[in-house]
Amino acid sequence: MHSCYWPSPEEEYKRETLSKYLHSTDSDWYKRRLTGVVFLVLTAFLVLIARVFYLQVIEGNELRRLSENNCIRLQNIDPSRGLIFDRNGKLLVDNRPSFDLNIILKDAKPVEHTIETLSQYIDVPATELMSKISRNKGISSYTPILLKQDIGRDALAAIEVHKYNLPGIVVSVKPRRHYIYKQSAAHLIGYLGEISSDELKSGKYSAYRAGDYIGKFGVEKTYEGLLRGKRGGRQVEVNATGRVVRVLKTVESFPGHNVYLSIDYLLQKKAEELLEGLAGAIIAMEPATGQILAMASSPAFDQNAFVDGMSHEQWDSLVSNPFRPMENKAVNAEYPPASVYKIVTAIACLEEGIIDANTSFYCPGHYKCGNRVFRCWEKRGHNKVNVVKALAESCDVFFYQVGQKLGVDRLAWYARACGLGSATGIDLDHEAKGLIPTAAWKRARTGIGWQLGETLSVAIGQGYNLTTPLQMMTLISGIANGGIRYKPLILRKVETAEGEIVNENNSKVTGRLPVSQRTLEIVRKGLWETVNKRKGTAWIAHVDDVDISGKTGTAQLVSRTGSNDNASIDKANKLNHLKPHAWFVAYAPSKEPQIAVVVIVEHGEHGSSAAAPLARELITTYLLKDKKG
Amino acid sequence: MFDRRLVQNFDWSLLSLALILGFFGLVTLYSSVTAGAQVPQMEYYKQLVWYFVGLIFLVISFLFNYKTFDRWGHIIYILCISLLVGVLIFGEGSKGAMRWLKFGFFSIQPSELVKIAVIIILARYYSKHANTTGLTLRELINPFLLIIIPFVLIVKQPDLGTAIMIVLIAGSMTVFVKIERRSFLYLIVSGVISIPLVWFFLREYQKARILTFLDPDRDPLGTGYHIIQSKIAIGSGMISGKGFLKGTQNALSFLPEQHTDFIFSVLAEEWGLIGSVIMLIFFLILIIKGLNVAYRCREPFGTILSVGITAMIFWQVFINIGMVMGLMPVVGVTLPFISYGGSSLITVMICIGLLINVSMRRFMVE
Repeated sequence: MHSCYWPSPEEEYKRETLSKYLHSTDSDWYKRRLTGVVFLVLTAFLVLIARVFYLQVIEGNELRRLSENNCIRLQNIDPSRGLIFDRNGKLLVDNRPSFDLNIILKDAKPVEHTIETLSQYIDVPATELMSKISRNKGISSYTPILLKQDIGRDALAAIEVHKYNLPGIVVSVKPRRHYIYKQSAAHLIGYLGEISSDELKSGKYSAYRAGDYIGKFGVEKTYEGLLRGKRGGRQVEVNATGRVVRVLKTVESFPGHNVYLSIDYLLQKKAEELLEGLAGAIIAMEPATGQILAMASSPAFDQNAFVDGMSHEQWDSLVSNPFRPMENKAVNAEYPPASVYKIVTAIACLEEGIIDANTSFYCPGHYKCGNRVFRCWEKRGHNKVNVVKALAESCDVFFYQVGQKLGVDRLAWYARACGLGSATGIDLDHEAKGLIPTAAWKRARTGIGWQLGETLSVAIGQGYNLTTPLQMMTLISGIANGGIRYKPLILRKVETAEGEIVNENNSKVTGRLPVSQRTLEIVRKGLWETVNKRKGTAWIAHVDDVDISGKTGTAQLVSRTGSNDNASIDKANKLNHLKPHAWFVAYAPSKEPQIAVVVIVEHGEHGSSAAAPLARELITTYLLKDKKG
Repeated sequence: MFDRRLVQNFDWSLLSLALILGFFGLVTLYSSVTAGAQVPQMEYYKQLVWYFVGLIFLVISFLFNYKTFDRWGHIIYILCISLLVGVLIFGEGSKGAMRWLKFGFFSIQPSELVKIAVIIILARYYSKHANTTGLTLRELINPFLLIIIPFVLIVKQPDLGTAIMIVLIAGSMTVFVKIERRSFLYLIVSGVISIPLVWFFLREYQKARILTFLDPDRDPLGTGYHIIQSKIAIGSGMISGKGFLKGTQNALSFLPEQHTDFIFSVLAEEWGLIGSVIMLIFFLILIIKGLNVAYRCREPFGTILSVGITAMIFWQVFINIGMVMGLMPVVGVTLPFISYGGSSLITVMICIGLLINVSMRRFMVE
C-alpha cells in the first residue's frame, strides 16, 4: 500500500480511479480538459501578440522617437545632509552648494572642440580633461562624466554665458559638506569621504551608490543613518542637445535629521586653544548627566580637506606626523594612568578594610620590598602619611604598602568596577579598551608568573596599566557625582529638518563605582587637598573664585624602579619622546560639581605643571561664564 | 531489448523546436553582449557551452523510460530540496540574493531544477489519487506540503519569481486533475477572505512593496523606469526592427538584466514585430505540442507530467514577455531558451527531453 493513501476505503469504493478511467478507451475525460487548456493558451498568446502589436505598430513611431536620443533619463536629487549644532544651537557643520562640471559625450559633438573651449574657462588643460574622459571608456555615452568638482562662481558664470558653445556640458549642483570652524572638534565631528568599493560590497550600504559621500570618522560616521536623509530623483525627457524639456515624474528627496551635540562650542574652542602646540587631549563633562561639554584632541586636522580632496603630500604628512593628528586621543589612545590611579588604589584599600581614614604609614622617600628598593617621587619623603595626605601629596610609598597588602587581583577588580579596562560605550568608533593587568592575564600573555614588585608598580598606576582619557573621565565624574558611572553622551537631541524632535538623548547609567559614602568622602577630601593645600601636588591649579578638586599624574615612560633609575630618568627627560605624559583630572565646584575635566599632555613631564593649569583655565572659563550669564 | 516503435514515435518536431528556440536565444544573446557594454563577451561563449550541455541532458532525459522518474520521484525531490537547503547555507549570489551553489568551475541554481522535481513528485501523487469526482481538501494536504517546502526555501533566498512559478505550475497541475467542487469553493472563499486579513497585518513598508510590485509606476526611479525603457526598446523596433546588432536601447545598457529577464526587449527591438511574432508562434507551437503529448499518452503519470512541463513553459513565456511589455508585475522569471543562464537552459532542455520521452513511449501502455 502506498504511503500517500488518503481517502478512506469507503470513499475509494465509491469512486473510479483515474487510471481505470483512462484505460477505458471510450472515455475522453482528460481530453476534454485538455481542449479547454488549449483554448486558454490561445487566448493568452493572443493577448501577448496584441500587446506587441500595440507597442510596435500603434505606439511604434512615438516610442522610436523617444529611443532615438534616449530621451527618458533619470536624474538624482541628492538629499541635503543634516546639520550639526552645538548644545546651544550654534551651527558647526552645514552644506554649501558645489557646482560640478559634467560632460555627456553623446550630446557633446564634437567632443574635442567642446573640451578645448571649456578649458579656457576653467583653467584646466584640455589634455587633463580628455584623460578624464578616456578613463571612463566603456560607460554609456549618456552617462554624465565628472570633469571638475566645485568650480568657482566665476567659472560658473563664464560657462553659463557661453553654454551654447558648450554642447553636452552640464553643471550639476550638489550639496557639499562644510565644516565652519576649521579644525574645531575635528575628531569628535569627523568627516565625510567617498564611499569605497569595499563598503559598497559589504551590503551594509544598500541605498548607496558609487560616488556617494558617507561619514568616515567621528559623529559623521556614527550618526550616518540620522544625518543621511533619503535620495530622490526625477524621470525627465530631454531634447536632442540634452536639455530637459519635460519632467515626467519626481520622487522628492528627504533631508537628513539635524543633530545637536552636547558640546559647548565656546568651551570646545577654549580647550583647543589650551592644547595649541601640544600633543594631548582635554575632555570636559557634566558629572550629573554624562554629557560631554568639550572633547579636544591635539594636533587636529582640517575636515574640509577630506571633503574637498587633498593631495598625496597632504595625506602623507597627516599619516606620518609623529603626533598622530588622525587619532582622537581622548577616546582611541591608551596611556599609563600614573598617579591618577591612586584614586582606585585608595578606594580599594578603604573598601577592603586594609586601612581607615587615620591609618598612617611612614614615608622615608623609598620602600624596600624583597631586595629591591622602590622610590617615592619625593626623595626627601613625606614622613607620616594617611590616605588623605597620600592622595594630596601623591605619596608613592603609602600606595606601595597598601598595594602590596591588596594584591594585584583585588586591585584589578576595583579598577574594573570603576570602568577601567573596558570601553565606556561612547558613540564613537574604535574606542580603546585600556588594560587592567591581573596575575592570570600576565601568565597567559608571557608565561611568567606575577612578581610582587609588579603589584607595587600597578598600585601607583605604572606597570602594565593602560587607560584612555575617557575612562579617566568616567572615574573622576563618578567621584564627583556621588558614585554613578554614566555613559558619556555626545548627542543631545535629534530634530527633523522641520524642527520636530525625533529623539532626545537621556542619561544612561552604566554602573556604580564600588564605593561607600564614607570612602567617597575620604577620597574627595584627598582630591580637595591636592589642589587647595600648599603642599598638594596641584596647588598650581588653585584659584580663589572656584573650589576645584583634582588629582595629578605623571606617566613615566621609563621604569622608575631599579637601582640606577634616577640617572635614566634624567637622561630620558632630555629626550623629548621619553618624557613622561602629564595627567590631571578634576571637578568643580568641589561641592555639587558642575564640570569634570580630564587633561593629558603627551610628554608634558609633570601633571602639576603641564596639565593642571589647563584644567584650571577650562574650569574657570566654564563656571565664571555661567556666573556672568 | 530495442523496440523499433521507439524510433517511429520519436517526436522530431519537439527536438527541432528546442534547437530553433535555443538558436534564437544565442543570436539575441550575441547581440546583447556585442552591443551592450554591460555584459562581458565571455557570457556568450559560456551560454554556447551550456547550449550543448543542455542538448546532452535532453538526450539523457529521453533515453530511459520516463516511468523511472515515477519510481524515483521522491528521491529526486529530496535531492533537490537538499540542494535548496545547501544554497541557504553555502550559497553564493549577487545583490543580496543567494541563489547559486558553486561546484568547482561552474555554479548551478538549484531553484531551477526544483521546478522539475516538483512537477515529477506532483505527477506521481496525482496519478495515484486523481479520480472523476476530483480531489478533496484532505487529499490536497500532501501536495500542499510538497509545494510549501521548496516555496519557503526559495522565498528565503530570495527568488520571488521562481517561487511564484512553483505555485503556478503546481496550481495548474492541480486544477487540471480536478478539485472536487465543494473543496474548490472552500478554497476560493477562504482565499478571498484571507487577503484583506493578511493585508491588515502587514507593515507599512511591506504594503508599499506589494503596491509597487503591482504598479511599477509607484517606483519611477527603479522598476517603473526599467519598464519604460523596456517598452521604448520594444516599441522602437516597429514592424521590421532596427536590425541585428543595431538595437540602441540595448547598446546603451538602459535595460536592467538585459541578457536575462529583459532579453525579449533586445529581440523585439532588433527584429521588430515580425521577429517577435515569429518567436511567439514558435513558443505557441511548442506548448500545443506539449499538450498534444499529454493528449495522446494513455497513462495518468505521463499525461500529468506532460501537462506540468507544458504549464511551466507556458507560464514562464507568458509572465516574462508580459512583464517586459508592462502587462504584468516585474518578477525575476526567465524566458525559456532565450534568457542567459545555464541552469535555466538545462532545466528547459530536460523538460523537452521528458516530453519526447512520454511521446515516444506512448505505445507501451497496456
